[in-house]
Amino acid sequence: MWTILRDVHGCGRPMSGRVQGACRLTEDINDFRRNVREWLADNCPEEMRTPMKGEFDAPWGGRVAQFDSDAQKMWFDRMVERRWLAPDWPEEYGGAGLSAAAVQVLAEELRRIRARPPILSEGLWMIGPAILRFGSDAQKREHLPRIARGQIRWCQGFSEPGAGSDLASLKTRAEDRGDHWLVNGQKVWTSYAHDSDWMFCLVRSEPEASKREGISILLIDMETPGIEARPIRLISGHADFCETFFDDVRVPRDNLLGERGRGWNIAKYILSHEREMIGGSEFEGVTPAPGDLGATLPRGEAPDGMLRAALADYDIDLIAYEAFKKRMADEVTSGTSPLPAMPSVLKNLGADLEMRRKELAMSIGGSEALRFDEEGGAAARTWLRSRSSAIAGGTTEVQWNIIARAALGLK
Amino acid sequence: MFSELSLSLSDEEQMVRDTALAFFGEHADVARLRRLRDREDVRLYEPDVWKAAAEAGFAGCIASEADGGAGLGYVAAGLMHYAIGRNLSPVPALSSAVLSLTALTRCAAAARWSAHVAAIARGDAIAALAVDEVPRHDPEHIAARTRAGDAGFVMTGRKVFVLDGLGADLFIVAARLDDQGPIGLFLVPASAPGLEIAPVKTIDSRNTARVALHEVAVPKSAMLSDGTDGLCDLVLDAGRAALSAELVGIAESCFALTLDHLKQREQFGVRIGSFQALQHRMAHLYCQIELARSVSFAALRALDDGAGERSLLASAAKAKAGAVAHLAANEAVQMHGGIGMTDEHDIGLYFKRARAAMETLGDTYFHANRVARLLNY
Repeated sequence: MWTILRDVHGCGRPMSGRVQGACRLTEDINDFRRNVREWLADNCPEEMRTPMKGEFDAPWGGRVAQFDSDAQKMWFDRMVERRWLAPDWPEEYGGAGLSAAAVQVLAEELRRIRARPPILSEGLWMIGPAILRFGSDAQKREHLPRIARGQIRWCQGFSEPGAGSDLASLKTRAEDRGDHWLVNGQKVWTSYAHDSDWMFCLVRSEPEASKREGISILLIDMETPGIEARPIRLISGHADFCETFFDDVRVPRDNLLGERGRGWNIAKYILSHEREMIGGSEFEGVTPAPGDLGATLPRGEAPDGMLRAALADYDIDLIAYEAFKKRMADEVTSGTSPLPAMPSVLKNLGADLEMRRKELAMSIGGSEALRFDEEGGAAARTWLRSRSSAIAGGTTEVQWNIIARAALGLK
Repeated sequence: MFSELSLSLSDEEQMVRDTALAFFGEHADVARLRRLRDREDVRLYEPDVWKAAAEAGFAGCIASEADGGAGLGYVAAGLMHYAIGRNLSPVPALSSAVLSLTALTRCAAAARWSAHVAAIARGDAIAALAVDEVPRHDPEHIAARTRAGDAGFVMTGRKVFVLDGLGADLFIVAARLDDQGPIGLFLVPASAPGLEIAPVKTIDSRNTARVALHEVAVPKSAMLSDGTDGLCDLVLDAGRAALSAELVGIAESCFALTLDHLKQREQFGVRIGSFQALQHRMAHLYCQIELARSVSFAALRALDDGAGERSLLASAAKAKAGAVAHLAANEAVQMHGGIGMTDEHDIGLYFKRARAAMETLGDTYFHANRVARLLNY
């Protein structure tokens, strides 16, 4: 047995060709990290290294992209130029074609300087990966480069008034009319539908088939006649979510993503990306660091003991969660198969932390955090918005169901 | 915070984990603990089992090969503790292989102690750390003290909750230099005149002792740390990181036993695992165990890599793993129902060890407070 552990130790030494190969790889990655670090030092404007106030504080791209400042535009343009909005996508579709390890290094270096995301994009986070995996070559060539350059803003047409947690019971119809699909129905909670250029939309294309087998995904240009998006005023005072109505909307036949009637599988794939996005608190823009909230306590007086305890409890969970995400990324890089139900795990843990973070910020802010005017309302608005993280992309309870079934085998 | 630490296990570390699970599962499983308890064994571990573990390289995990160790480091020591937690293995690993070896190998005059290190790595000597003096862990308030003696120091004090103190060959004792000085670490042989060791029975049936020092004389060289080099903190953080891994193992065993139970036990004509009220709690626990495992790795890796935030990660890991093991043990008893409260079922042994391991070297409250202090609030 003694020798077992000794031998184990021995294989960490640079003796075999395999190990030497791994060392060269490590050198390449270290070079890459140095280059990224230098480039970011020169190209990420100082203003883009300050915390965002909320998701309204970042550009979203699109046909009529808006920027709040020159720094925002410069940062966006430079990242587009490096193709680092979609670092892992193949170069032929507008990505940078980086390896998983390099993508991780880039993310770490961005996080290290606390850089703001150059863009927030459901195209990059959700539909892009699905088109890469399930799209036709024509769809890839049409959509991916434009997403990778932030030129088209996408929204997600999933939930309906009668299909929330039970998403597969959706009723929006798509009738096969030969050269096009005729779409009728209604979506709800469509984030930013009124500001978006395209929608990826779940429709019922096979009314006779069973609930999950009759669903297809259509890619729909929001300028198509017959689409109306009505923003819904939310508790935050913002109107990020819409009701979207489809009245005899003609969608070209080729805009079907993947196979007809097989959209549920693609939807699950997209949902897994949405869950990882919510779990990563991507909307907040900057990865929160332990101690951030504590640093906002009024100086010079001892904080309330119970508030301090809640902060420490939160920071411990935040450290554990950051370690968890790092471990998962490292395991992907080293080829370990991912944890079962991983997106659901990430989503529930991340959403819980995000909501606790916002609640604690409200408690620290006291009555000042209750302000609801233009000047001082950011804390309250982001707190109110954070509730959606436990609901969107499948509620926390739906995720527990998925984890219990897929990871624990309980049914 | 740990962007440059790898938090996945290398191939060799996975082999260490599998070897540890196989070894402790076979030679030091929960049935072994139960037998030791039932026969009122004095040591509450079997020296020959620990000797076999040492031959497999576990006792000398963190010591260098030159010193007769396996040179594998703290992640490997943590994987051993994970296996110990899974099996409730009654072995003096924390005291001898982590706490004491850290003190002896990381002290300024480490070269002097290589014979002791080799003996501990071989399993021929057991060493124990004597820090606590009051019921709640509080290493900054130490009353044990030294004064200058004829050829070194004379030590006085009373220590409690000395793990594996009974039958130990060596003690590493935290004591103040003079009445008001910094807290140093001193090596005291068990045979030193004036050292008094008394067993204390605890809920987890592990070897713990009270140690009193009545004017114990040690040579000058016995001072491993003069209290200004941070050695005591390092030793404690190493123990906390290892304990966090043990707590992950305990949580995982509680979880596995409970999951099996939910898939077998029938009530109302169905398996109780079909109830959503239980499914959601198990799914939550599953996620929490993954969090604890991750932060535990981070703490262990930081010890190996000498990373700057060692203390923050050690405290976060100990706090989180303690809380998660506590949750897992309580959920396990609850979901087992009445059978979970019987002495016959192993769940109770895990339940009790979880509480003791959570308490050891600072509980969740202690470490949450330390995290807040380290983060400056």
